Amino acid sequence: MIAKPRVGVVTFPGSLDDRDAIRAVAFMGGEGVPLWHADHDLRGADAVILPGGFSYGDYLRTGAIARFAPIMNEVRSFAERGGPVAGISNGFQILCEAGLLPGALIRNRTLRFVCRVVDVRVETSLSPLTGGLVAGEVLQIPVKHGEGQFVASPEDLVRIEAEGLVAFRYCASDGGIDEEHNVSGSANAIAGVRNDAGNVVGLMPHPEHAVDPDLGPTGGQPLLASLLARALVRA
Amino acid sequence: MAPEPLHRALGLTDDEFERIRATLGRDPNRNELAMYGVMWSEHCSYKSSRIYLRELPAEGPSVLVGPGQDAGVVDVGDGLAVAFKMESHSHPSALEPYQGAATGVGGVVRDIVAMGARPIASLDPLMFGPLSEERNRRLFEGVVAGIGGYGNCIGVPTVGGEVKFAEPHSLNPTINVMCVGVAPVERLVTSTREVHEGSFLVLFGASTGRDGIGGVSVLASRTLEEGSEENHPSVQIGDPFAEKLLIEVSLELVARDLLEGLRDLGAAGITCAVSESAARAGLGVELDLDAVPLRAPDLEAFEILTSESQERMLAIVEPSKLDEVMEVCGRWGLASPVVGRLVAGGGLRVVMGGVTVADVPARSLADEGPEYDRPIAEPAWLTDLLEDDPTFTTVTAEPRDAFLAILSSPNVASKRWVFEQYDQLVQGGTVLGPGADAAVVRIEGTLKGLALSTDGKGRFGFLDPYLGAAHAVAEAARNVATVGATPLAITNCLNFGNPERSEVMWQLAGSIRGMADACRALETPVTGGDVSFYDESGTSAIWPTPVIGMLGLLPDHRFLVRPGFRPGHLVYVLGETFPELGGSEFAEVVLGKVTGRPPALDLERERALQQLLVEAARSDLLASAHDCSDGGLAVTLAESAIAGEAGFAIALPGDLPWYATLFSESASRAVVSIAPEKTDLFEAAASAHGVPFARVGETGGPRMVFDTWFEVAVEDARVVYEGTIPRLLAGVSLSVA
Amino acid sequence: MKFSCRVDVWLKPGLLDPQGKAIEGALPAMGWANVSGVRVGKCVEFLVEAQDEAAAFAQVHAMAERLLSNPVIEVFVVRDVTEWEGLPFEDRP
Repeated sequence: MIAKPRVGVVTFPGSLDDRDAIRAVAFMGGEGVPLWHADHDLRGADAVILPGGFSYGDYLRTGAIARFAPIMNEVRSFAERGGPVAGISNGFQILCEAGLLPGALIRNRTLRFVCRVVDVRVETSLSPLTGGLVAGEVLQIPVKHGEGQFVASPEDLVRIEAEGLVAFRYCASDGGIDEEHNVSGSANAIAGVRNDAGNVVGLMPHPEHAVDPDLGPTGGQPLLASLLARALVRA
Repeated sequence: MAPEPLHRALGLTDDEFERIRATLGRDPNRNELAMYGVMWSEHCSYKSSRIYLRELPAEGPSVLVGPGQDAGVVDVGDGLAVAFKMESHSHPSALEPYQGAATGVGGVVRDIVAMGARPIASLDPLMFGPLSEERNRRLFEGVVAGIGGYGNCIGVPTVGGEVKFAEPHSLNPTINVMCVGVAPVERLVTSTREVHEGSFLVLFGASTGRDGIGGVSVLASRTLEEGSEENHPSVQIGDPFAEKLLIEVSLELVARDLLEGLRDLGAAGITCAVSESAARAGLGVELDLDAVPLRAPDLEAFEILTSESQERMLAIVEPSKLDEVMEVCGRWGLASPVVGRLVAGGGLRVVMGGVTVADVPARSLADEGPEYDRPIAEPAWLTDLLEDDPTFTTVTAEPRDAFLAILSSPNVASKRWVFEQYDQLVQGGTVLGPGADAAVVRIEGTLKGLALSTDGKGRFGFLDPYLGAAHAVAEAARNVATVGATPLAITNCLNFGNPERSEVMWQLAGSIRGMADACRALETPVTGGDVSFYDESGTSAIWPTPVIGMLGLLPDHRFLVRPGFRPGHLVYVLGETFPELGGSEFAEVVLGKVTGRPPALDLERERALQQLLVEAARSDLLASAHDCSDGGLAVTLAESAIAGEAGFAIALPGDLPWYATLFSESASRAVVSIAPEKTDLFEAAASAHGVPFARVGETGGPRMVFDTWFEVAVEDARVVYEGTIPRLLAGVSLSVA
Repeated sequence: MKFSCRVDVWLKPGLLDPQGKAIEGALPAMGWANVSGVRVGKCVEFLVEAQDEAAAFAQVHAMAERLLSNPVIEVFVVRDVTEWEGLPFEDRP
């Protein structure tokens, strides 16, 4: 019998979608492993998710305080060893603050929190969430954030695009990119990026809220399936 | 000139002051006066409404906790209990919309947690003045931002609510917030838990500052320098991050069975939590103010006692469990000082700096507040209004124009601008979110779905308080029945003007009678709620607006019914339409009047319709269902088409004028669509329940064909429906082509 | 010794500041159509204990670099490092 891939999900004070991430991992056939922000132990996880929420209330800057949590030392080493790490929403913000991903997230251009299902286009297969997908695929996944506008310096943005580090973009249902569908006003409609090595990825949309057909669209299923496949390889 | 006696400055009447003196056998000191001032205030003691609230039916086979504790609780089977409560926070929101709304959410969430339940959903019924006025736009935006800003940060999805607009709310927005939570029955923290003499009172959460004690600031013994008003804010500031920690800590303490009691610190702060805990247990309290963590070092005793600083809770802990409690709190980074103990007797003795600074009987504060039977009198101006029945006014508007005007009326139009600012998804339980008749949230580990709806009928209530309240209950129950759930019980908020005016008391008395009758007929007992008085400025009072929060149960959430049409189905109108335009959206929007009698309400017919809807859902007979309310049949049909992106062609029988057929707001009606192969079964069920029905047409196509009167493309209607609120907020006047 | 310190943090010039833009858009309706270039920053004040002013300044600078600002998107200025005596810090105007 093949053991289920173990996916660690970190809980920071103020994390909200941690339980949802664990539930989604289980729904997709993996084993969700709760990890505590103050511990120095990834508990044998084969992949790590930094979940959504408002860690530390988003105080100072979103993700600014969580990045210094003790567990982040372990997450950093794990990433440096090639371990798959996925940051969802607040998790994405934390990874950017920690320097594990390029760029930063600031307040939505509309200045309002937005919670709705959006269309997202996959831009690369070279990330832990998109290993089983091809560029161009459009998925329906909800966003729910107030600070999802991706920004980077002009030089960084050029590099991000040139080196194929964009993992997801907001798009219309036919995959077209335009300002109307750029829900956060992100640079180049970027919804998620990966690191150079392709083992760390962050995205603002919430795949963990898009796996259960009883609740809505299931665009998150292929993303979590890719993550679990990657974790299995490592196990 | 003699200065005003202190007690009057604190809102206590001379009689109340004499009662306090009689109880204590001496004059109260400043601290004791402050405590009585807050505990015997209208807000905390319900002194003007208690005599009527008793009329509400509070018992039922599934009620585990009725009014009187932090929240009501209902048994939903399989060992599970649902705690739910609605509260108002209208006055603070008028002052500071963001923080007023935010702290309103925080307070009601803590009430649910205090029962030992995990909050799983919030709903927010809101009422503002017309958006044509800038100050109302600011209040609206601020309140919605505050609800979202706080609610989204604590991990409780906001799944429903209402937004209504009416001129009387211009100076007095009505902000009600409802929270729902779930707990295993044996884990509930209720007043039936045994509480022991010698148990500790542990205050955990945020530190205590001067928040919300504006009213008692007259007692400050420090000289108030110029500009020091900032030091005595009447507004409380919320910290949702602190609340999230508080939720997790409280639930862990409950899960590990470490508590004899748990109270939220809300209005009247520590005084309320401590006096009520003692009174309920039949014990006394020794309270040590030096142990209370303070935000500023120089708080006086009366300030600590009446502070409404947010995100604080009080636990009653048996001494052997104290270490564990402190470990849990410490792990989440919360202070958990012991601030007192329960002692024999019934006295609440407060110590500071080694000196007794207050000593009053706990019961006197908590349970022996005054009760008033204020004069009531039907207002004279009402008779003329009632006689002016808009149903028989000459209508010159064209049907299509009237329809589009109502579809784009802020009361009717889509509230997407609001609910997309709320996290509807967290906790992964929202199977039906905002925009439908009721929200449905499933209970993890079961197939059960909780159906939730909030409803207020202020315009009806203005014209006839009894009917307004009864309609609110009927509609709330109909809303949950429409998604397939059996209505179980309600919570409520009673929003009224100044109770010292006899017409307001008349409105309250009538509303409560209407509510009571409807709750009895529909078997939905009242498990608790809130009263908000003084919602007026000058003599401009809000419309009497009881807001009902209804809880319904779906045994299997997969059988829930959605409102959207899909092509190829037959459309039925259930119930009967009468010429009743009194108090309707049509009368206000097209005729410019709020007059006439509200529609009649036959509670037996209502019950029959609801039972039919629940049974039809359970038997999987309905392709869609949507109940009729504001704007009448035309709006129900249009919303069904917009939701499902499928048009319809219908012919409406009867010989009423078009505007009565389309826009009358008769009660006990719904529009359903049925697949052709199920129509026989459905019609048999409707007949068996004695519900009148009429097959009026079919779904499908891109257009909505309203009989021979007019047609509108579904997409055009959608643009109008969705665009109304955003355009009003941008200050763009809406012209409807 | 105790020193009161203030760190002002701004979004980097060149980054679109949505809050600044919203303010700039709202002022004309109130009668001020003569305003441009609005940027919204944040200001962090605190008390630090250090041997002397230079030591205090160096530490505040380090805190600003590491935590109070995100160098990817923000710049900061350390202001007003001055000795604090007398009044409790919470009661400062």
